Amino acid sequence: MNLTLKIWRQKGSNVKGKLVAYNVADISEHMSFLEMMDVLNEQLVNSGEEPVAFDHDCREGICGSCSMYINGRAHGPDGGITTCQLHMRTFKDGDTIIVEPWRAKAFPVVKDLVVDRSAFDRIQQAGGYISVNTSGNTQDANAIPIPKLNADLAMDAATCIGCGACVAACKNASASLFVAAKVSQYALLPQGQVEANDRVINMVDQMDAEGFGSCTNTGACSAECPKDISLENIARMNREYMRAKAVTK
Amino acid sequence: MSKLDAKIPEGPLKDKWNSYKDKIDLVNPANKRLIDVIVVGTGLAGGSAAATLAELGYNVKAFCYQDSPRRAHSIAAQGGINAAKNYQGDGDSFYRLFYDTVKGGDYRSREANVYRLAEVSTNIIDQCVAQGVPFARDYGGLLDNRSFGGVLVSRTFYAKGQTGQQLLLGAYSAMNRQIARGKIEMHNRHEMLDVVVVDGKARGIIARNLVTGEIERHSAHAVVIASGGYGNVYFLSTNAMGSNATAAWKIHKKGAFFANPCYTQIHPTCIPRSGDYQSKLTLMSESLRNDGRIWVPKNMGDVQAIRDGKKKPTDLTEEERDYYLERRYPAFGNLVPRDVASRAAKERCDAGYGVNKTGEAVYLDFKSAIQRYGKEQAKLLHMPDASPEKITELGEKVVEAKYGNLFQMYEKIVDDNPYKTPMMIYPATHYTMGGVWVDYNLMTTIPGCYAIGEANFSDHGANRLGASALMQGLADGYFVLPYTIGDYLSHDIRTGKIPTNTPEFEQAEREVKEKIEFFMNNKGTKSVDHFHRRLGKIMWNKVGMSRNEKGLKEAIREIKALREEFYKEVSVPGSDQEMNQELEKAGRVADFLELGELFAKDALDRNESCGGHFREESVELAGEQKGEALRDDKNYAYVSAWEYKGEPSEAVLHKEELKYENIELKQRSYK
Ligand SMILES: Cc1cc2nc3c(=O)[nH]c(=O)nc-3n(C[C@H](O)[C@H](O)[C@H](O)COP(=O)(O)OP(=O)(O)OC[C@H]3O[C@@H](n4cnc5c(N)ncnc54)[C@H](O)[C@@H]3O)c2cc1C
Ligand code: SF4
Ligand code: FES
Repeated sequence: MNLTLKIWRQKGSNVKGKLVAYNVADISEHMSFLEMMDVLNEQLVNSGEEPVAFDHDCREGICGSCSMYINGRAHGPDGGITTCQLHMRTFKDGDTIIVEPWRAKAFPVVKDLVVDRSAFDRIQQAGGYISVNTSGNTQDANAIPIPKLNADLAMDAATCIGCGACVAACKNASASLFVAAKVSQYALLPQGQVEANDRVINMVDQMDAEGFGSCTNTGACSAECPKDISLENIARMNREYMRAKAVTK
Repeated sequence: MSKLDAKIPEGPLKDKWNSYKDKIDLVNPANKRLIDVIVVGTGLAGGSAAATLAELGYNVKAFCYQDSPRRAHSIAAQGGINAAKNYQGDGDSFYRLFYDTVKGGDYRSREANVYRLAEVSTNIIDQCVAQGVPFARDYGGLLDNRSFGGVLVSRTFYAKGQTGQQLLLGAYSAMNRQIARGKIEMHNRHEMLDVVVVDGKARGIIARNLVTGEIERHSAHAVVIASGGYGNVYFLSTNAMGSNATAAWKIHKKGAFFANPCYTQIHPTCIPRSGDYQSKLTLMSESLRNDGRIWVPKNMGDVQAIRDGKKKPTDLTEEERDYYLERRYPAFGNLVPRDVASRAAKERCDAGYGVNKTGEAVYLDFKSAIQRYGKEQAKLLHMPDASPEKITELGEKVVEAKYGNLFQMYEKIVDDNPYKTPMMIYPATHYTMGGVWVDYNLMTTIPGCYAIGEANFSDHGANRLGASALMQGLADGYFVLPYTIGDYLSHDIRTGKIPTNTPEFEQAEREVKEKIEFFMNNKGTKSVDHFHRRLGKIMWNKVGMSRNEKGLKEAIREIKALREEFYKEVSVPGSDQEMNQELEKAGRVADFLELGELFAKDALDRNESCGGHFREESVELAGEQKGEALRDDKNYAYVSAWEYKGEPSEAVLHKEELKYENIELKQRSYK
């Protein structure tokens, strides 16, 4: 198929960007979206132009690097997948596809489609861990049985890949779903309960300090999340937060 | 003393690690504050090492090329991690894990290292659970296990099909705790482009800031390389797009020997290639072989009919299917080790039985498992009259709970429902057992420079068993390196900060800059990928699953010629003063073009078949094992460690003889 692409080009964080149109021909429906971008980039290199910068690495939906806003949707028109898992069979010959970076104050553009998501790292550093030394002197793993249901729910929350689609999809650019996923994982497990209050308060405070917007429960985040992280996690985070605030007052 | 002293401690195998650990020189906490350690890479190996070193009190500087340590390639590991916990009571032990690993590696690994790995394996699970890693559990709330290829016990711990992700997020959280305390200085989006050697010791690195293009000098008292494997030398592999050999190759060029480059793992269960545009291959976890049965049609007529779309695989009766692994290897069946399973698939496809258009695919079928689980469930749920449809439905639910995300991944890529029709799979490059040579302390032949994780060669011999890479990465990072490095650093407590304004740093920086300027000013006409793809083709066709003298000699010549063409013709647009992904790729491919040649040279030297390295000249000619790989212990029971001498063709071979005192060398048999 032949396609017209309108891609956001921006030299660096301090310069203005704009959408630039390109044509690509002979795209196979079996290609992934990023393989289609490879074809475009090879075309650009061969004509001496600068290829489009974009983040990607695993190309199988797990590293959370890829992050394109395609035709107005985070990770494109299909649900439950990342950009690298999107295949060209979703599009038709002659389509025009608009490709933009994540847009959020807390995710400044680095170049073209690449944004800076280090705010996510800083939120994790604020408390997204259990304070246990890596000494090997911990107790036997089976000494703490965990009900399967809780273990499974913790796992569901822990599958967040930190891609930032939730922020990009949210009209307020809130990071609540991302933060809630981590808070929930720990809240559902017996390990690390002693620091649960500090954890949730510090992580939420850091989220606010990074300039993410506030959550108004519209649910676009969960709808666009490639890992189907549930909104229940946000409710759980809010409960944890209130409880923590109440006891630490 | 020869340069290849593996420094294996004296004493019985079972006591080596513990008694050695008791004697390692320690650095007192106050002095640790005076010592800096650089860790290149934040995968399972680097992430766990950085966190532990920082926790012990060293000042750590960590580097990764991604925008966050959490995105290292380890994140993609699916199936699980081994540990000799014996929770299932099926007779597992340190010795058995050790034995399986040495046997699985086709007797080409070091006994002492492997035994240590088995011993610390249990600590890993305790550690990870304490960190909040949500491993799968049974209804009693205890940890669940599955079994993996090449072994007869269930010792694999897993977190759905995302074990690597959960373990890495555990290590990442441990890092975050130390980053917050200021003990780890994290450099995301940085690429190490050289190591700096001062007075014979590794004292720092030169790195490029991938956002600004700035070339930076970083000094330390020791440098740890945890940069992963070099499978992308094949262009197509299951590795992440950015996985590369640059850090390992640069230290090789500065004096670190490179061991067994020809030992590569071609994984049997990956999604087949679909076209020339293909950028990478996707693994379908080996855990699927627990429940999936591998087959091709028995009759050529059916193969043709399937390729022409006239028949579907589900149309074939049991009698019309050739479950070739079960046929050839009745004892292990579909759970033979990876190298054996891959070669068997290639054998069938070469004989013309491949089931897709390219002729390079076999089936992985879950029908039997769905039926078996369905019946089990019906019994559990007291439904003696369950209809066949109900049984299938119940069975599919069980399979979904076990492998749902993998099935979904398959469906997204291939657009086919694997619950209803068998998956198509074909072998693909997956893991590199070879890597930087290290001694028992995990130190390379450059004093003060260490290599851990997939980047080193140490524990898997000529073939790695499933779920052992995660185990090794975390063993190295959490439990081995942080102690063995003390032995070296204890001599550095009075050294003081290493200055970066010395001639050694200046020269290393100059060399890095010259190379970058070369690429920016080269007026070539072809993209980096163009060359990478061609290199991959040579590697796959001539240094792939099956190798012979003629092909290897051709490969050596062709890679050298391709390298020369690359330097003449490669084009890198843009500027080096900003983010430039083409420039990043150019540097990596330049290194692959050298490594590929050494790889072929090593494969040529090793005229035996062992593990993932199969030489057509070395097969069993008669008897029950006819046609199977033939190892040659008399002539090749050594580690090949190559010393850099300017060009790959001039590399000098050093041999580390492998001694087996606790295991009897046997021809592997999975029959
Ligand atoms: C799809 C897939 C599934 C797998 N499943 C399993 C499994 O189920 N069980 C199992 O045991 N093993 C599995 N493996 C193997 C295992 O995942 C890897 O061997 C292991 O994760 C490697 O870890 P590592 O820490 O050594 O390196 P990696 O995780 O590869 O990390 C490398 C790090 O080095 C950094 N880096 C590289 N070069 C540079 C440079 N020049 N400068 C700065 N930083 C650099 C990267 O940024 C990254 O942080 C799987 C592998 C694949 C590909
Ligand atoms: S919650 Fe979902 S969308 Fe948000 S970062 Fe995690 S995986 Fe991405
Ligand atoms: S590239 Fe890793 S999730 Fe898309």
